[in-house]
Amino acid sequence: MIPEIGHFALILALLVALVQGTFPIIGAARRNSVWMGLAVPAARAQFFLVATAFFCLAYAFASMDYSVTYVATNSNSKLPLQYRIAAVWGGHEGSLLLWAFILNVWTVAVSFFSKHLPDQLRARILGIMGLISIGFILFMLTVSNPFERLIPAAFDGRDLNPLLQDPGMVFHPPMLYMGYVGFSVAFAFAIAALIGGQLDATWARWSRPWTTLAWVFLTIGIMGGSNWAYYELGWGGWWFWDAVENASFMPWLVGTALIHSLAVTEKRGGFKAWTVLLAICAFSLSLLGTFLVRSGVLTSVHAFATDPRRGLFILMFLVVVIGGSLALFAWRAPKIGRGGMFQVVSRESFLLANNVLLAVAAISVLLGTLYPLFLDALGMGKISVGPPYFDTVFAPLMTPAVFLMGLGTLARWKKAELPELSIRLRWAFGVSLATALILPFILGHWTPMIGLGLFLAFWIFTTTVNLLINQLKSNQLSLIFKIKSIPRSWWGMVVAHLGIGFFVLGVTIVKGYESETAVKMLPGDVAHLAGFDFTFDGIKEVQGPNYLSEKGQITVSVMGKEKTHLFPEKRLYTVQNMPMTEAGISPGVFNDLYASLGEPLEGGAWSVRIYYKPMVEWIWAGCGLMAIGGLLALSDKRYRMKKRGQILAVENKGVA
Amino acid sequence: MKLKARHKRFILIGIGLALIALAATLILNAFRSNMVFFYTPTQVEKGEVPKDTGFRIGGLVVPGSLKRDDDGLTVHFVITDTSKTVQVIYKGILPDLFKEGKGVVAQGKVDASGLFVASEVLAKHDENYMPPEAAEALKRARENSTSTLVVPK
Amino acid sequence: MKRFLIPLLIFIVLVAFLGIGLNLDPREVPSPLIGKPAPIFSLARLDDPSKSMSPKDMLGKVWLFNVWASWCGACRDEHPLLVALSKTGIVPIYGMDYKDTRQDAQQWLDMGGNPYVANAFDVNGRVGIDYGVYGVPETYVIDKKGIIVFKQIGPITEEVLRDKILPLVKGLQTQ
Repeated sequence: MIPEIGHFALILALLVALVQGTFPIIGAARRNSVWMGLAVPAARAQFFLVATAFFCLAYAFASMDYSVTYVATNSNSKLPLQYRIAAVWGGHEGSLLLWAFILNVWTVAVSFFSKHLPDQLRARILGIMGLISIGFILFMLTVSNPFERLIPAAFDGRDLNPLLQDPGMVFHPPMLYMGYVGFSVAFAFAIAALIGGQLDATWARWSRPWTTLAWVFLTIGIMGGSNWAYYELGWGGWWFWDAVENASFMPWLVGTALIHSLAVTEKRGGFKAWTVLLAICAFSLSLLGTFLVRSGVLTSVHAFATDPRRGLFILMFLVVVIGGSLALFAWRAPKIGRGGMFQVVSRESFLLANNVLLAVAAISVLLGTLYPLFLDALGMGKISVGPPYFDTVFAPLMTPAVFLMGLGTLARWKKAELPELSIRLRWAFGVSLATALILPFILGHWTPMIGLGLFLAFWIFTTTVNLLINQLKSNQLSLIFKIKSIPRSWWGMVVAHLGIGFFVLGVTIVKGYESETAVKMLPGDVAHLAGFDFTFDGIKEVQGPNYLSEKGQITVSVMGKEKTHLFPEKRLYTVQNMPMTEAGISPGVFNDLYASLGEPLEGGAWSVRIYYKPMVEWIWAGCGLMAIGGLLALSDKRYRMKKRGQILAVENKGVA
Repeated sequence: MKLKARHKRFILIGIGLALIALAATLILNAFRSNMVFFYTPTQVEKGEVPKDTGFRIGGLVVPGSLKRDDDGLTVHFVITDTSKTVQVIYKGILPDLFKEGKGVVAQGKVDASGLFVASEVLAKHDENYMPPEAAEALKRARENSTSTLVVPK
Repeated sequence: MKRFLIPLLIFIVLVAFLGIGLNLDPREVPSPLIGKPAPIFSLARLDDPSKSMSPKDMLGKVWLFNVWASWCGACRDEHPLLVALSKTGIVPIYGMDYKDTRQDAQQWLDMGGNPYVANAFDVNGRVGIDYGVYGVPETYVIDKKGIIVFKQIGPITEEVLRDKILPLVKGLQTQ
């Protein structure tokens, strides 16, 4: 009964979405306030209905209703409750429902926090979000219904893919989707502005907090995914450049460009067409990512054998949404008009250069991800483009981007003086260069890549310090007052940029100084790596809720002094008969020690991989700082709600 | 004054275009040198594979072919596309899902004796899934075979 | 302002490729086994390990050979069709349980109904390699002389059964 309620709620939601996607938009064109007024109640009703559907599915999982096909294929009675809930988005149909649900969360949030917007703009934005929702709900109802019954009911479920049975999996996809789908708000703002022809600084100011919030979620989502890959896949890697990761990274790159471009549009009225194009692209890449990951074009031959209509549906949807909005862009953008002029050396041009670099980086990822597919489509054989490609492309693209980031925050709008900048940054440059040249010899060895990485990381740190000093010494007021008077968005920028510095530092050190070894170990054997002694104490059998585990214990010591223990596991998930490696990790500020079990060998020996990962945690700390920076910027008081119609004229310093 | 502003704009656009051209060269260059081509065991047998650069092969691990050296880390196994086979040597730990009779993809080079020295072994699949390259190898072998299958050893 | 059209044009090219990519339907793969004798094997039966099953036993009749497994989701989709087909008695269905456990498979047949005359039990997928099984389910139509006439990769749908398999089987039976 409950699944039927969910199914029915979904059908009703489709009808409501149809209303939400048509009447307000037509009403806005005809200035019919009754029709426009439908937007808000429709958005809220649709949220209620989709939430009902979502909780019905969650209930089916929680109550182990194996008469629902989707539950039977993605859950099992031995699966612990938290994973049964996470299993709601463990497969194709459920993750679509999560997508639609989150879209509605964003829509309903917009409906509450948009009272200050002009009626027409508000109606158009909600209408566009309703149109997107139609696509997803229709997709579920036609070819991917999560509520489909299985008759006769299965005796027990097929279990959730063991790779996904992890605490990270409970939070990672919702975060990632919050980010992906959150760009739909920026997209709706952009399209609404294109339709209405009103693209100005106020529009940018309204659109900015939504974009930043989506970006924060996406940053956290990617960070979680990377962290999950690190401890779950057992290879010590934290980023694999695989298609699924790339699918989330492309919108992030474009989204990062977008939040900076929005800043210029807000402050200077410039880059309007470019900002709109980025907003369209960020959301388009989110949709494309969903397509690539969900349709299975990239991964599994068998994804289609089950249902080729799915791929076709997504493709049609992409054509309508992306093609339609790009066509609208081509038609309306020429009328937008140019922003203020600026000099070659100015904050605008630094930001523009950064934008271009980020966009090119996104294109290079897109190329690397899709090119193998293109060759295949043309019948020119199978190739793969591995991490070396992305590594080679990214270092040269990001080097100028990071360098300009340091300059850009210090440069003036419109016109800056190079001599002045270079005098101000002399010592920052000197300190960074000296660090890059000297520090590696203290740490062990020097390579050009380590030098470059350290230079960039310290360039960020030193320019930030310079910026802080500059900001605080500017007048005679008390320090406390000055700190208070600086807008939060400025602090947000500083923190997020420091996050990039942490990230670059982490990547540089871990790539430069990590080491690993693979050894055959009998109980009592000792392996040596990076000054640590790893003693293999042996294996113990442990029975998990739905798996059997062989849990190893490794004692780590330095010069005979015991430091810590690692507990790598080899699990066998019994339902799918699938082995899984769980790494044993001892995390630390300056290094992680990481061990994972290979295979059992004769005589009680095991093959064991041991990794020494210096400063790897800084990578995620950096991502965390970026997200915190975004949140700080969001808490800026100029985004607090103002009465409708009132034009905000608060002049702010700095770009967040 | 107006001319000067336009002039500056041209410089800006010029710098932008130069940067993009540079980036494009870089990306395409990186692309060319980092593409990993894929071959089937049949192609390896016929010698249609590059001598100096690495490539990928895919197919099924022949049941019973997996052997381990005494160090516990060097493994030997045979990959087949059901028509021809390739001997593979790999030093390292095999992925969780590596199993005899299952699809596998290996990346590496062929040495002078015709042995495939793998630097990486991938077996990212579940029961329902075969790596696309492995499936491709089987498909091609079947398209070319004239007799029913001869399964080696 | 032609430059504003550039993003649209790039997108159109992208869609064209994605469209072609989608059409690379693995079901289109021509099987070289068609027109060839079905590979011979002899495997223990699922229900009774002491008995064996071999394609030789079926010489002289037209039969369907269905590769399945209890762990396979798509098999669940086609299963009711197979059960319905077996009830008509038009053509005998022999199965091969692929990389499975006896207990799971038996439970599956008890629950969903058993359309098979007999099942071979291919525990390690050895015979599956001979037949070029990509994954399950796959279904072969084999004629009186033991020649493979048709192969369906992926689950059988009503259309395939009605438009391809049944006409084919009827034609073969009258030969």
